[in-house]
Amino acid sequence: MVADNDKPSIIGWISSIIPFGLLCALLYLLPQITAGHVIRVQLNWIPSLGIALSIAIDGLSLLFALIICCVGFFVTIYAADYLPRKATTGKFYIYLQGFLLAMLGLVMADNILAMFVFWELTTIISYLLIGFECELETARQNARQALLVTGAGGLALLIGFLLLGNITGTYDLSQISLQSAAIKSDPLYYAVLPLVLIGAFTKSAQMPFHFWLPNAMTAPTPISAFLHSATMVKAGIYLLARLHPILGGTPVWMGTLVVTGGITALIGSVLAMKASDLKRILAFTTIMALGILTMFLGGKTTPALTAAMTFLMVHSLYKSSLFLVVGIIDHQTGTRMIEHIGGLLKSMPLTALAAAMAALSMAGFPLFFGFIGKEIMYKGALTEELFPGFATTAALLANALMTAVACLIIIKPFLGALRKTPLIPREAPWTMWLGPVFMGGLGLIFGIVPDWIGHWLIEPAVRAFHPSMEDIELKLFYGINEPFLLSIATLSLGTILYLFKQPLRRTIDYVLRQIPIRFEHIYTGGLEGIAKIAKIQNGILQNGSLHRYLSIIIGSVILGVGLPFVFGYIPPDFGQNPYPSLSGWLLGGIIIVAVAVVVRTKTRLLAICSLGVVGAGIAMLFAMYGAPDVALTQLLVETLTVIIVSLVLLRLPRLKARPPRMPAGKIWNGILGVAMGALITALILAVNQIDLERSLTDFFEANSYIAAHGRNIVNVILVDFRSLDTLGEITVVALAGLACYALIQKRKVE
Amino acid sequence: MMPSIILKTATRLMVGLILTFSVYLLLRGHNAPGGGFAAALVAGTGFALFAIAEGPAVVRKAIRITPQKIAMCGLGLALGSGLVAPLAGRQFLTGIWWIWQKGQTSELAIGTPLFFDIGVFFAVLGMILTLILALEEN
Repeated sequence: MVADNDKPSIIGWISSIIPFGLLCALLYLLPQITAGHVIRVQLNWIPSLGIALSIAIDGLSLLFALIICCVGFFVTIYAADYLPRKATTGKFYIYLQGFLLAMLGLVMADNILAMFVFWELTTIISYLLIGFECELETARQNARQALLVTGAGGLALLIGFLLLGNITGTYDLSQISLQSAAIKSDPLYYAVLPLVLIGAFTKSAQMPFHFWLPNAMTAPTPISAFLHSATMVKAGIYLLARLHPILGGTPVWMGTLVVTGGITALIGSVLAMKASDLKRILAFTTIMALGILTMFLGGKTTPALTAAMTFLMVHSLYKSSLFLVVGIIDHQTGTRMIEHIGGLLKSMPLTALAAAMAALSMAGFPLFFGFIGKEIMYKGALTEELFPGFATTAALLANALMTAVACLIIIKPFLGALRKTPLIPREAPWTMWLGPVFMGGLGLIFGIVPDWIGHWLIEPAVRAFHPSMEDIELKLFYGINEPFLLSIATLSLGTILYLFKQPLRRTIDYVLRQIPIRFEHIYTGGLEGIAKIAKIQNGILQNGSLHRYLSIIIGSVILGVGLPFVFGYIPPDFGQNPYPSLSGWLLGGIIIVAVAVVVRTKTRLLAICSLGVVGAGIAMLFAMYGAPDVALTQLLVETLTVIIVSLVLLRLPRLKARPPRMPAGKIWNGILGVAMGALITALILAVNQIDLERSLTDFFEANSYIAAHGRNIVNVILVDFRSLDTLGEITVVALAGLACYALIQKRKVE
Repeated sequence: MMPSIILKTATRLMVGLILTFSVYLLLRGHNAPGGGFAAALVAGTGFALFAIAEGPAVVRKAIRITPQKIAMCGLGLALGSGLVAPLAGRQFLTGIWWIWQKGQTSELAIGTPLFFDIGVFFAVLGMILTLILALEEN
């Protein structure tokens, strides 16, 4: 590594002001919000559609916002030392802070369309960050996978939101929540619910969409700590909590969330036992945590929802510090494969301290915040209205596996014999260990004063989406009851699982190999299928032959316009005077002769000139029938077309003596040409039969001179009444010119 | 390149006339057939003729700046003429007029739509020149 790369990046330091300032502002608001106030700000956004950028900060928003800003701050200063300084460093911090702001917007938006915009912004920035090391093929693939999975979910969510807006007639969450009873009895509820759930499940990596999250670990570790454990993946959880009073509480909601969440939690914890890359282990445990959160948001009792909010906080604290610890290990030793590291305690004591605190919280050891979280979790699971047995069992198994994984993370790397690693391990700079130690420490402090954190953060958050009068209390010790016994059982079971980890990992490996189907394969198969279809379609539609393109375009016009026209056929009315004057006959004759020349000639130049004659003849017809502007433009365009096309044709190789075209092809071309001509003729004759809406014409005629000082109505429309259209058109013209120029230059280079 | 003396000599006479005619079309467009688009097509035809007779290098020298720049300037002029109205507190692209009264019946009105039309002229002309010169050089 070059010495210069070891210097922390200044821009990282400067940009840490953003999360730090926001964090201070949020703490300043904390007393008001705890007292039950909701802070509202409204900005007009698209007033004509009734969409406002309304912000509402209640307890739920605040809990998420505090997590976002706190983790965001430590991740920013951490990244200043973690990332090697490169030309792309500035970009990294723009993405990072941009994500932070988008995420804050998401949790504070009161308008569901504004929320959707922020939701998509987080998806896009996550894509950019997963693929940040874009020189790597895998990084690009994984970024695309995350984008496609969460992006598809986002589209489903948008439809769900629009339907919700249709049912209620408003897009404001505070208005929508007033109509929750009407929404739940609306038949569209059964369309809204799955769409919204797909959005939340893809974002929060629920089964069967969970596969993108472990792959997202190609992002730089600070990003995994921030986006893919503490914040972005929780956006789905936030959505479920936010919509809980609106869509929740029905049997469908409860059943779907409890079952999906429970299975996701089990899959996550089993896969975490099997993995050996530390980051992947953490990713699977994140999936487990997200599953648990979803499962508890499926409930509607106060303990279940309190459990969700408490575990949300517990998890954010321990998981982001563990990620940062893994980042430190990776940065200081050069590897993060669990088999290759050991005995780091001596050389990295502070990192080990942070890891120990975080892991103990994760294992749910008494005195740690994780213990409180687990107690409440069991209390919540036992009171679930639907499937309490399943929920409790899933929580117990997942937590026991979590305990085992926690042991794995703390014991393997830090204890035992020192192993040879690519770099000689030494303690990280203080900016890197500060965050994990602080957040791990919070896990201990919150575990000692749970009533305090319960009053200030958890209770306002739960009350925001679950207005019940029941007490919400977090206590250090509830006494010896069922949850406590379950906690003891979890710790014991976890220790046993850890002790038998080798046979356990082999068994998991064996069982997984027996399951032939992987959800990820459905994704890759689908992607390959789309590529195949696109290839076939391109072979048919875009094979490079201009003749093919024209046939397709003309053919579709004939079918698309001609068929409806035939069904509603209006016989033409030639009026009093169906025959043109002598000059009209002559012009018609010239045009027909020119067309015959175009069809019969063997030289390109003659063909293009004759086409010019056809165009000029039509221009003359326009002039004869009183449209001088159109005639002028038509004539000029024809002239230029002939010049430009002949410039191109003169440079083409001579026509080779190729075999005469198949008569079938010729006949087909003839049919297409004649059909198109007949269609246009019939259309023009039909247009004459219809009473045209004249109000616009009358307006232009009346106002052209008075308002716009022009007698040429066509020009007045172009440069004044409809000048915005013209501006768009000339932009297209100029850009098309540039594009053609680029194509011509490219040919020249080749 | 065709070394045709007749074409070259005729072109020298014609190009000036064609370009003058295009300016005439541009300016009268608001009241009679013509306007920026038609005028640009006429001017483009004139330059095409010039390029065929004398070669694209001569045309490039004569117009001094690259055709892409002409197109962009035209676009900028059209956009700028639309931005006059917001400065005067009106909606974007609203026509703003200055009127000189001459006697009882005749007046001279010059407004932002004229500059808009000139912008259209240059945008389209720039595009045509880009294409024709690139094709001639190829």
